[in-house]
Amino acid sequence: MQALEIADKTFTSRLFTGTGKFSSGELMRDALLASESELVTMALRRVDLKEQNDNILKYLLEANYNLLPNTSGVRNAKEAVFAAELAREALETNWLKLEIHPDPRYLLPDGEETLKATDELVKKGFVVLPYVQADPVLCKKLEDVGTSTVMPLGSPIGSNKGLDTRDMIRIIIEQSNIPVIIDAGIGAPSHAAEAMEMGADAVLVNTAIAVSPNPVEMAMAFKLAVQAGRIAFEAKLADKTNTANTSSPLTSFLS
Amino acid sequence: MFIDLLNKYNWESTTDLIYSKSDAEVRAALKSNNRTIDDFMALISPAAEPYIEKMARQSQIITQKRFGKTIQLYVPLYLSNFCENNCIYCGFNSHNKIDRKVLTYNEVKEEVIAIRKLGFEHILLVTGEADVKAGARYLNKVFEIVRPYMSLISIEVQPLKPDEYRELIKQGLNTVYLYQETYHKARYTKYHLKGNKSHFENRLETYEHLGKTQVHKIGLGILAGLEDWRTDSFFTALHLNYLKKNYWKTKFSISFPRLRPHSGNFEPNSIMTDKHLAQLIFAYRLFDENVEIALSTRESASYRDNMVKLGITSMSAESRTNPGGYAHPELNKELEQFSVNDDRTTTEISRMIRNNGYEAVWKDWDFILQ
Repeated sequence: MQALEIADKTFTSRLFTGTGKFSSGELMRDALLASESELVTMALRRVDLKEQNDNILKYLLEANYNLLPNTSGVRNAKEAVFAAELAREALETNWLKLEIHPDPRYLLPDGEETLKATDELVKKGFVVLPYVQADPVLCKKLEDVGTSTVMPLGSPIGSNKGLDTRDMIRIIIEQSNIPVIIDAGIGAPSHAAEAMEMGADAVLVNTAIAVSPNPVEMAMAFKLAVQAGRIAFEAKLADKTNTANTSSPLTSFLS
Repeated sequence: MFIDLLNKYNWESTTDLIYSKSDAEVRAALKSNNRTIDDFMALISPAAEPYIEKMARQSQIITQKRFGKTIQLYVPLYLSNFCENNCIYCGFNSHNKIDRKVLTYNEVKEEVIAIRKLGFEHILLVTGEADVKAGARYLNKVFEIVRPYMSLISIEVQPLKPDEYRELIKQGLNTVYLYQETYHKARYTKYHLKGNKSHFENRLETYEHLGKTQVHKIGLGILAGLEDWRTDSFFTALHLNYLKKNYWKTKFSISFPRLRPHSGNFEPNSIMTDKHLAQLIFAYRLFDENVEIALSTRESASYRDNMVKLGITSMSAESRTNPGGYAHPELNKELEQFSVNDDRTTTEISRMIRNNGYEAVWKDWDFILQ
């Protein structure tokens, strides 16, 4: 399985994980461990930047994960840039999962503001991983301003509905020169495998693991699904067909 | 404006509609993937009572999906019990002969330090309505004092002017709780005899001002015990729906305080039982997956323990409803607004949440996001 490169880092695991919604810090730690994830996102709103003993942060620092702070809660580019700069200082990482969702219900990303913030943050030296709608044009524009990846949603965040946007994701993957990470809506290992088979470079999973009655087992299931999907992609899937192949060639009369 | 929508409804015929909901309508509401206000009406109706177990199960699943296995903790800080209103159900009622107190800035600091030591990072600042003694200027100063110790500041105070809200938002205000108490316009003045709060429409209009400020969260609700809780809850849901559509950048939170013993002698007009409250909480969750639902220390320990997993998203703990009650619990006991029903310590509450298989969340906001 090929390693994944994003900016200055190389990842063996193509499963990225989140830290929200777990029933305890210990369970989060165990699930992340089972997922073998190497990049973990956490909301700035949840962690206490002043205290290293924070219930989420302490486990992440102990296990030496690559931290991916996210800006969940900001509603425009200006707020995002402000939060990003303070996070960079406090957490000593220039990696940022850019989330700008002015709508607090479906948490759908604002493409216009995301593009504006990405442009500014890239100029300020950030490695930006923006959460976006599965919008192929927006993804190309983000690439043009120097984003390190794009993270289109499979379906609304937390919905567990899988790849409702698969047609657009297919176009995004086809057109992209940078890693494409499917970020939201992945509710089952089969969804993750599907994304990987399509050629997504990684997936980010949170709710489906955290809310499962058995987060550790579910994390393991996602790990295996992501690996299976990726290996299948690299091995190249056989084409699907709706008709049986006839055994007698149609063009034998030409020889 | 919401008042225009509200005026299209008649209280009595709405009540009749709720009470005439059929078993079939409840079953259809339970099955629906996209519930309407009409479904909500069925779910709060007497016809839905036999389905409470089914509602609880659905409520649990929906809440876990959206909020995870977490309960946010907050604590109220009563700043002042001065009040110019005369609300017949409230201990701070201006006619009640109780000692009055507004915390000095030094006392605020003392209180917030005591609160921080308990572990809280979400604070709710509460006052009676007294514009001169504890108005916007006072609150501004209080915010300056509180901010270094807390991650999220909410207020439950008198309606402020739009510019005053904007100023407080700049200072870190995240959530405004404002309760209409009852949507029964004709009977509203029977409970709110005097003062600014006696103007039904003015109070209702404050939500529009608030929405325009794009404050992060608005909390709304009624006081259960005034009018028929089913009808009042229907209008709260109608209000919530209206606010969501018009002020789409704001989150909403809802709570259902039930009348508690207090100074004064008002007896509830309508009784909401434990089972009714549970039905209402489940109905809201089934109607709105995203609305936050709070359950305060007005409710008993055993009730709160059992509701943790069934649809609520936040809880208060170790609340003192008397100004000065955290740093000096015994000193100001007689100043309280109402007596709490669950007086367990914060440690006990967070242990209870954990024993339920949930994580107590102390911090879910940061001023750097503001």
